[in-house]
Amino acid sequence: MRSFSEIETAVKRATRGMGFSWGVAEEVGKNIRLLEMFGLPGFKNINQYFKVLTNQEFEKISTISTINNSKSLYCPITMGLNFFDQSIHLKDADNIQINNLGFPLLFIPFVSRTSEIIGKRIFLKIDNKEFLFSFNQAVYSNYLSGDIVEKSEKNELKFMENNNLFSEEEWSELYKLSEDTFVEETDELKQSAAGAGLIDND
Amino acid sequence: MEVSLRDPKILMKLSKLGSFHQSKLSFLRSFLNEFKDWEYRRDLFNLNQNGYGRAVYSFSKNNRTYSLICFANEIKDEERSDRVIATKWDAAFTLHDGIPTDQDIDRLANEVPKQEVGRLSYKELTLSRANKSLRLFNYVVDCLSNGQQPDVNNLSKVGYLYRTTAVYGSGKFGLADRFRIKNRDEILGPFRLEMMLVYLVRQFTFDQVNHIAKNKNPGLAVQLDPNICRNLGIGNSTGLGMAPFIVNHPELLNNWIFARETALKKIRQIEKVSNKDFNIFKDCLIKSLKNVTSWHTESEYQNNKIKSLLNDLEKFIDFLNKGSLENKPFLFNEIYTWIEDNLNDECIEYIVSMMMEPYDNIVNPLLKNMSADEELSFNIPIDRTVEELRSIIEKNYPDILKIDFSKNENNQNFWFISKNKEEPRLADRYKDHGSNLEQPLAIARDIKKLYEILFISKNSLTIGKFLMDHNEYRHVVRRAFITEKYPYAEIQDNTIGSNLMPIDMLRLKLSFFGALKFDPRSNKWLRICMFQGAPLPNELKSFDSHWVYNSLNS
Repeated sequence: MRSFSEIETAVKRATRGMGFSWGVAEEVGKNIRLLEMFGLPGFKNINQYFKVLTNQEFEKISTISTINNSKSLYCPITMGLNFFDQSIHLKDADNIQINNLGFPLLFIPFVSRTSEIIGKRIFLKIDNKEFLFSFNQAVYSNYLSGDIVEKSEKNELKFMENNNLFSEEEWSELYKLSEDTFVEETDELKQSAAGAGLIDND
Repeated sequence: MEVSLRDPKILMKLSKLGSFHQSKLSFLRSFLNEFKDWEYRRDLFNLNQNGYGRAVYSFSKNNRTYSLICFANEIKDEERSDRVIATKWDAAFTLHDGIPTDQDIDRLANEVPKQEVGRLSYKELTLSRANKSLRLFNYVVDCLSNGQQPDVNNLSKVGYLYRTTAVYGSGKFGLADRFRIKNRDEILGPFRLEMMLVYLVRQFTFDQVNHIAKNKNPGLAVQLDPNICRNLGIGNSTGLGMAPFIVNHPELLNNWIFARETALKKIRQIEKVSNKDFNIFKDCLIKSLKNVTSWHTESEYQNNKIKSLLNDLEKFIDFLNKGSLENKPFLFNEIYTWIEDNLNDECIEYIVSMMMEPYDNIVNPLLKNMSADEELSFNIPIDRTVEELRSIIEKNYPDILKIDFSKNENNQNFWFISKNKEEPRLADRYKDHGSNLEQPLAIARDIKKLYEILFISKNSLTIGKFLMDHNEYRHVVRRAFITEKYPYAEIQDNTIGSNLMPIDMLRLKLSFFGALKFDPRSNKWLRICMFQGAPLPNELKSFDSHWVYNSLNS
């Protein structure tokens, strides 16, 4: 078994070998490590992408808009980097569409890391594959096959509002149970608590 | 009195960092302190009469066990090489997480002797190999088998029976990734498991030499005297492979130096230094002179440094004797101010190390802050502005910005990874091929280029937008922001200039390991000794914490 550290180093060097800058190679190395730790087939996909990249041009996006169309496939590394770098400007958009993305699984770690730095969950749909990223701590997905995904036509990103996943009623029910750990204070103790002896408006 | 931390712009020069010495913060000393109450055992010792075979040593506490598995092999003299390109060694070792089964040992017997081309598993933590110091090993076998102890003067010139040529960890060759073990309290200090491996290898070398002598002459042979064992360490040949580490791990470098500087600051701030503590300092200093006078090297560079150290120590002792320092307020600050004004770097850093000796209460709490979670500072703060980044560079790299990189001499070298061994190497940009495959270790040059681009960029531009057109500087943008949080993260020198002394980079790292007797064999590699004078495993329950200075005097 290859360690995650070996995977990161090999990918970093390979990315540089493919002509990306060292700083970008560092990002891609970390990303593939992250994918593999999440149980997603990062190494397989980057390996295949680099094979294809030697014979095929991919569109290198720079400014990301709410709708991004390209006749040729977008490079997932450039797309990911720019999505990450521009995320503070993008996070208020309702959703972002990317049509024609090459090797979309390689885009995933950039989205996961973005979720952490902007402090919002992000929902990503890659054709029929769904992913929910929670602050780079976990990925919830219906994609379990572990295959190489060479392209996706429709990709949609949504920044989720920071809402709780439960109702106020559910909160009250559970909170009530937590109150069973509290003890009623005597009057004497109440009077000697923090701030005792001070006039509140002094 | 508030004393400032020393200025990174001065401290982080390579000539200064290359003058660092071991201290109480050094990893081999903190390893011994951490594991002193663990149970040490020799679990297996299955060597033939010539000393070839397998052995297992372990440290256990509660439900945790770390086991060193040793494989001693027969090799021909002409196959023995300390170079990293060697393929055979006298012995190979791995530190296993837990108690190895027979199947584990069989599996590892096929892999560990192959080193870089073998495959380890997540159950193994570190990997190493070592070669005998042939002249000393055979000499000791001969003496012991004839019922004699070896002459300590002969031993002290070398200082070890075996020297390792690499110690690997953190996921290399399939070893366990750091994240699997990083929350264990006992290994929160850096390189703890690498230190454990080397320490247990040292014991193996004593057991092996005794075993061979006994088999050679069962009726007459004696065991190597424990006092002699204690004064032997493990040698290490270290080349350029180690140098880029301190560039590639800026937060870690910061945390090591920050711990040292914090200790120094706190010691200088002690208003009333007790006589007891001052005496410990003086006692260690005087005893340590033997470490310096027994420091042998053929390197002119190092000999000049040793000479300067001895001269300065003489001056310093004279100052101590004449200075009527006892009972002076802020005594160590007084001393520090004097040494900075009167002595050279080699001796200043030597005395700084010595100042820590009385102060477990200051040093010990710093040990657990010497690791780093590098993931935390990996993301570039894309919402910051060009103006902010430029001012960080102006503040943290002033001398780097003065270097003229249009001059060939300031671009003379480049770092690359060798194809045959995947090891970092240094070459001449104007003579050797491969500079197009340069590693990102020319930080000074790239920071300066970044600064020049920032200078003509719009101040209010966010870094996220700046990077849209300048991803070629992404690696140094990341570093510059790291230096904002970590003042000692960056070497303040040109690591590709013609006057670069790579051994200064090695020396810095090895001083934190706790190595003694740096012996440069060229400006690109050196030999050192580790654990010389350290207590033996069966003495760990109670040992003198100043053993580094005391052993040669016993």
